[in-house]
Amino acid sequence: MSTVNIKINGNPVEVSEGTTILHAARQAGYKIPTLCYHDDLVPFGSCGLCIVKQEGSSKIIRACAAAAFEGMSIITHDPELFEVRKTILEMILSTHPSSCLTCIRNGECELQDLAAEFGIREQPFEVRLSDRPKDTSSASIVLDPEKCIKCGRCVQVCQDLQGVFALEFIGRGDETIMAPAAMLKLEDSPCVRCGQCVVHCPVGAIYEKDEIAAFREAINDPDKQVVVQIAPSIRVGLSESFGLPAGTVTTKKIYTALRKLGAVAIHDTNFGADLTIMEEGSELVGRLTNGGALPQLTSCCPAWVDYIEKYYPDLLEYVSSAKSPMQMVGAVQKTFYAEQMKIDPAKMFTVAIMPCTAKKYETVRDESMYSSGFQDVDLVLTTREFARLIKSSGIDFLSLEEEEADNPLGEYSGAGTIFGATGGVMEAAVRTAYHVVTGKELENVDIETVRGLDEVKKGVVDFDGTPVRVAVVHGLSHIAELLDEVREAKAKGEQAPYDFIEVMACRGGCIAGGGQPYGATDILRKERAAGLYADDKNSETRCSHHNESIIKLYDQFLEKPLSDKAHHLLHTTYAKRPSYKA
Amino acid sequence: MAFRNYILVCGGTACESIKSEQIYQNLITACKEHGIADEVQIVKTGCFGFCEQGPIVKVLPEDAFYVKVKPEDAADIIAEHVVKGRQVERLLYDKKSSTRHARVEDIQFYQKQFRIVLRNCGFIDPESIDEYIAREGYQALERALFEMTSEEIIEELRNSGLRGRGGAGFPTWMKWNFTRQAKNDIKYVVCNADEGDPGAYMDRSTLEGDPHSVLEAMTICGKTIGAHKGYIYIRAEYPLAINRLEIAMKQAREYGLLGTDILGSGFDFDIEIRLGAGAFVCGEETALLQSIEGKRGMPQPRPPFPAIKGLWGKPTVINNVETWANIPVIISRGASWFSKIGTSDSKGTKVFALTGKIRNSGLVEVPMGTTLRDIIFDIGGGIAGNKKFKAVQTGGPSGGVLTEEYLDTPIDFGSLVKAGSMMGSGGMIVMDEDDCIVDVAKFYLDFSVDESCGKCAPCRIGGKSLARILEKITKGNGTLQDITTMEAIGEAMKKGSLCALGQTTPNPILSTLDHFRDEYLAHIVDKKCPAGKCKDLISYWILEDKCTGCTVCGRKCPVGAITGARKEVHVIDQNACTQCGVCYEVCRFDAIEIR
Repeated sequence: MSTVNIKINGNPVEVSEGTTILHAARQAGYKIPTLCYHDDLVPFGSCGLCIVKQEGSSKIIRACAAAAFEGMSIITHDPELFEVRKTILEMILSTHPSSCLTCIRNGECELQDLAAEFGIREQPFEVRLSDRPKDTSSASIVLDPEKCIKCGRCVQVCQDLQGVFALEFIGRGDETIMAPAAMLKLEDSPCVRCGQCVVHCPVGAIYEKDEIAAFREAINDPDKQVVVQIAPSIRVGLSESFGLPAGTVTTKKIYTALRKLGAVAIHDTNFGADLTIMEEGSELVGRLTNGGALPQLTSCCPAWVDYIEKYYPDLLEYVSSAKSPMQMVGAVQKTFYAEQMKIDPAKMFTVAIMPCTAKKYETVRDESMYSSGFQDVDLVLTTREFARLIKSSGIDFLSLEEEEADNPLGEYSGAGTIFGATGGVMEAAVRTAYHVVTGKELENVDIETVRGLDEVKKGVVDFDGTPVRVAVVHGLSHIAELLDEVREAKAKGEQAPYDFIEVMACRGGCIAGGGQPYGATDILRKERAAGLYADDKNSETRCSHHNESIIKLYDQFLEKPLSDKAHHLLHTTYAKRPSYKA
Repeated sequence: MAFRNYILVCGGTACESIKSEQIYQNLITACKEHGIADEVQIVKTGCFGFCEQGPIVKVLPEDAFYVKVKPEDAADIIAEHVVKGRQVERLLYDKKSSTRHARVEDIQFYQKQFRIVLRNCGFIDPESIDEYIAREGYQALERALFEMTSEEIIEELRNSGLRGRGGAGFPTWMKWNFTRQAKNDIKYVVCNADEGDPGAYMDRSTLEGDPHSVLEAMTICGKTIGAHKGYIYIRAEYPLAINRLEIAMKQAREYGLLGTDILGSGFDFDIEIRLGAGAFVCGEETALLQSIEGKRGMPQPRPPFPAIKGLWGKPTVINNVETWANIPVIISRGASWFSKIGTSDSKGTKVFALTGKIRNSGLVEVPMGTTLRDIIFDIGGGIAGNKKFKAVQTGGPSGGVLTEEYLDTPIDFGSLVKAGSMMGSGGMIVMDEDDCIVDVAKFYLDFSVDESCGKCAPCRIGGKSLARILEKITKGNGTLQDITTMEAIGEAMKKGSLCALGQTTPNPILSTLDHFRDEYLAHIVDKKCPAGKCKDLISYWILEDKCTGCTVCGRKCPVGAITGARKEVHVIDQNACTQCGVCYEVCRFDAIEIR
């Protein structure tokens, strides 16, 4: 790839062709302030903070959008640019409440950081705040228009990254707001609750529904026994909230923290992931051998399930009936585990620590989420809520001893761990399905073709002579092209070009889910995923069907994959849902 | 066959709104009644430009210029002029210069004008492709297709010195050349007909009066840059222009001048119309392209420029209507002819929509380099009502005001900017001594604030903040600090806004602060509005020595604030008065004073 040579504040720097001035400056060691720009998104240019000057030109350009070209000499900082940026910041602050102390983003807010960096000490402009009420209709996400700075990231995320189109720009000029079309409530919009708007919002205008209080209430209730599970990607996600490098695996400290918080049993959603592989893998083998509807589409991501129920309800037959690992664990906790431990399931309070805002909705998605006779999962806390819970409970996370989870729902294989990254479910499924189909074990369980951040990964896996055509998609906007192919094949009565498709709503998978620590970019996604893959590599067991506890669970309770009992507890159904509830 | 008379009836939107269609119909009926329907050709043309005097009817070959014609006058025009050969004196425009029967060109309004863009407006039936062809139409396209290479066309444009008429004045040849050089199988040609400046209507008139000139130009561009598809983005509020464009496109396709294999050259090019919903910001090129794509019309950061990455990400030439209308003339008459017109920095002509406190409002096309004084006092006939000239606003809401000392500024891109305003798309609004400069600034600002798309923070927040400060000042609550604050916000908006709309929103304030700071100070410090416009800063008083006690003011006052017996001096109750100004208007004795 060719490069261009430019100067940033007089310092020569060589960058690859097409690099924006913003990135070239970063390379040269200069940070140009931004508020609307995000590495995940197409430069939007709404905040006006990244303005720079080109020597010899009177024009002011936006560093986020303009590409560097040969010979350019850029000034990123001078008194004039400082004044303009500061005035713009003051303008933005004049429409934003100064209630930082009570804001969910206090200490993690991009606007707050910039105000501090620019040393803004007073408000020279008349303060005008929105008096629109919060939208609390969603079980997962709260919109607070008063705090919105209208940078447009959420709309870009919702439309461009996710293809959901729940959020729109409404009104214009000073009246512009970001909200669902026709000013509907979020719950009545096509929102799939993925929470990507939440993690991309630079301020506290969109955030997860905070349910820490419900956790405390349950823990402090003598009649309740709190049983917890943690999702695969929590073990790499939480570390950043405590200042550790991205990708640091802290599984056993998390177990300890949960025990200190008062949970009576610590389980791992990875166990549920292994169980999912047994069920979903068997289902796939069944479809492959019995001429069932192919491709099989994965079903562990509730935002994705919501998406297909709203946007492609004619293709629901392709979605695996297997519940998500979280729901499987919840169902087993309140049946098998409750029996074993002689806990009254009515008194058991099941909590799931998840990287996801959609999981908060999934717990009450339909009646099959009550398969134990009770709500299978009572409460979902996101990684961010979990971090706040630990901090506010006086637990010094970094100095915690490492403890083990409680068995049998605490044992897991490396295949369960990698569920947290894009391609992980596919890889885990292949490891086991290969065995079910061929009766043999894979020699090399590392299936590199489905790993990484390419938006759509396609490949053919050789099942001992039988080719299985797989595809992996992350970021919902990319699924439409594959589903359209499936839809077309179905209409023509032909075979679709895939046998198995894994879909995760969020770019990179759950490691960058809507409930994870802020600031995910592809750099961070790679580091978080690397943490999971390293943990898998170090596991004694790397295939779900080798998980002893899973084998026992079938022996003692579920009989075999896809048994009646398994169907009742571990499978669900899907239904067409309206995109807009008018 | 030749006709004994040709009657041209203005069919522009302005004249149509005052019944020119009825005049046209009545003329036809009258001809039939006199049995001369075969001897007279009646043509509905585009705008004559002299809108102040509309509806206009011109009768050839005598060149009789009838103004302010009413539908009932049609019978006289036929019976008297056509049948009996006597011009209808009462309808003739008073041409001042010599006799009332002088040629149209002798009318002062037209004297200093030079028409390239409006060359066919008022001369041909815009719904007839034959009439366009008869006036050299589509000759340029033929040259471009068969006699010139793309490079030669671009070279011709370069030599012509044509600069974009949409506001920024970017050299047209460069735009075309960037797009031509951009490597892509798909390219687009776009016509920006989203005219939105208050009072501006030159693009509408061009499209209504001469739609083929734009179609021809776009097709030439398509051949030059290698595009096969064009879009005309026009606001839905221009139904007549849209209708004439549609007719023109249909005719051009029938004649093989648009569509596949144009004139047998093997070159394909077609045009589609896209309607805008009337958002001013969609006149900004990147927002316009978004709107064509079906997205919310919001400007995008530039670079990348549309020439490289435009409509649907493809290289796109986007020019304004007036720019397009120049192209066929440049190609057919040559760059050397065109470049003789105008100044060294700005070639050709510019069309202005001259309005405000002016005697002859209308559409004016003058060679670049004509002075403001020429336009306002010669063509425009000076200030209406013998008031004193105060300022002229050019460039619409993005421009600035210029005072008397700038009247001899030659109009070209550079000089106007140097004087503190800009060419803009060609709005020109004249103000007299009765106009309050703060109020004028507020008018333009409120317009821009209403039309801000809300995307970028500087424009969205800055504009609203400025508007609120101006509101405060006109209400008498301003402080000196407000001026500093407005200047700070203005600077940040100029430099930090995403598009030209936001960057220029503060211009009316900054330029009036430059030229009329005293008037701001009068509002802020003295709490007075010198022009007597700002209601909260004025009060009406009855002068004892002039009041005759006629009682008119008392009867007209809508709030009953004026008392006084017949033939006795009246009094205004200052607490009840709402400063509506009715008393001032109705008093025949100049007995009401504004303080």
